[in-house]
Amino acid sequence: MRTVAVVGASLAGLSAARSLRKQGYDGRLVVIGDELHRPYDRPPLSKEFLSGVLGESDLALETDGEDLRAEWLLGTRAVGLDARERTVRLADGGSVRADGIVLATGAAARRLPGSEGLAGVHVLRTLDDARALRDELAGGGRLVVIGGGFIGAEVASTAWALGLDVTVVEAAPTPLAGPLGEEMGRIVSALHTDHGVRLLCGVGVKGLSGEARVDAVLLEDGRTIPADIVVVGVGARPCVEWLEGSGIALDNGVTCGADGRTSLAGVVAVGDCASWYDPRAGHHRRVEHWTGAQERPAAAVATLLAGGAVEPGVPRPPYFWSDQYGVKIQFAGHAAGADSVTIEQGAADDRDVLAVYRRAGHPVAVLGMNQPRLFTRWRKQLAATP
Amino acid sequence: MMIPACRLADLPRGEAIRLDIDPPVSVFHTDDGEVFAIDDTCTHQDASLADGWLEGCEVECPLHASKFDLRTGAVDAPPAKLPVRTHEVVVEGGMIYVKVSTDAPNLPPCVAARLAGGPA
Repeated sequence: MRTVAVVGASLAGLSAARSLRKQGYDGRLVVIGDELHRPYDRPPLSKEFLSGVLGESDLALETDGEDLRAEWLLGTRAVGLDARERTVRLADGGSVRADGIVLATGAAARRLPGSEGLAGVHVLRTLDDARALRDELAGGGRLVVIGGGFIGAEVASTAWALGLDVTVVEAAPTPLAGPLGEEMGRIVSALHTDHGVRLLCGVGVKGLSGEARVDAVLLEDGRTIPADIVVVGVGARPCVEWLEGSGIALDNGVTCGADGRTSLAGVVAVGDCASWYDPRAGHHRRVEHWTGAQERPAAAVATLLAGGAVEPGVPRPPYFWSDQYGVKIQFAGHAAGADSVTIEQGAADDRDVLAVYRRAGHPVAVLGMNQPRLFTRWRKQLAATP
Repeated sequence: MMIPACRLADLPRGEAIRLDIDPPVSVFHTDDGEVFAIDDTCTHQDASLADGWLEGCEVECPLHASKFDLRTGAVDAPPAKLPVRTHEVVVEGGMIYVKVSTDAPNLPPCVAARLAGGPA
């Protein structure tokens, strides 16, 4: 293998580039990124960066003096993949021909239809998004967050700490019920009301009002919520449109085996754009967690370099964290298959819960609120049980 | 400075204890029976590595999954970028002693600010 192209220059792409060098790949390495920035860490964008505790230099993922001997094509979007020639076509008219390709193009924030061009309406995914939102939050005022998921909840928490008047609107009856289940979703999202942030659930958003700038969020039940700033946190879609027509198998992301292989030889996919087969669950699952983007590239790169001759191991249960209102929230495993949830330590009212999700008596997931030590023990135990 | 940590017999393999000195130090007893001491605070953000996931000669931060090599303090996995200090360990008469390094620690921004008397 003489040339490997990594398409995507965020955590998954950087981890893939690092893994290539670590696993002895010595050839030409091209990293293609649509943003102009060097790889940066996204989790602080809704938290410490948004609040001003961390600056841009703190977000850099590369260490001082790190040199992966890569050609960085930054500010360059990939627009097509020619599978037969194994060539990535670029928006600037150029192309990169490679013997191996790592797809790591991530996901993009979903927007609210009709919100384009209205000032004061934000999504939060990139450093540029975070800069723009941070500058607006500094002016204070009334913030309405559309979507009570993790991004929305973290923005609400940060804005509350900055002194804004915050309202969260969630279409589902309980925020976070998908990832955490109803019961724990209710407990975690109660952090909003604990701190005087309004939480409106079970009501959809009809639209936004305002001429050049947003002035209110219109709800489907007829209510109007005045707003100076609106953040739309309604999830993300995998950035795979550019692969349509290439012949690669797509289904809510790039369909991958448990080792990152795609339907095309010499092409693997990692991070938020990839839907890996999950041997624990018995089906494909697109995982948007930071830890997945960090851990999985090593396996995918091994697959790429070995031509698909490696036996994939069973991955650790997916793990993510969130910081809201000073509470450290940690979750590992899958809540969806659980038939019971038990609080093993702490009390829901104190927001210091360690809760274990079980299916037929077997632990399948664990949630911690301000319980890092116990949580890690449970997380380790989950990983040890197939 | 040599600090008595605990009796070796009181620290089972796979476990860690935190010494509440300033800055705190954690002592790990690996599954292979080796004992290592490193700074307890993750260099990325305020988290106790003694609460982390010990595997082989590596500990994973309990919060954001940074990994550190217990032998060298080096970062094995991000988001941390700076190594943790390592400290010499002496086991004598069944007691674990830690000889605290005189190097400057790599504390995360929020902790460094707090120790300097600034806002956390």
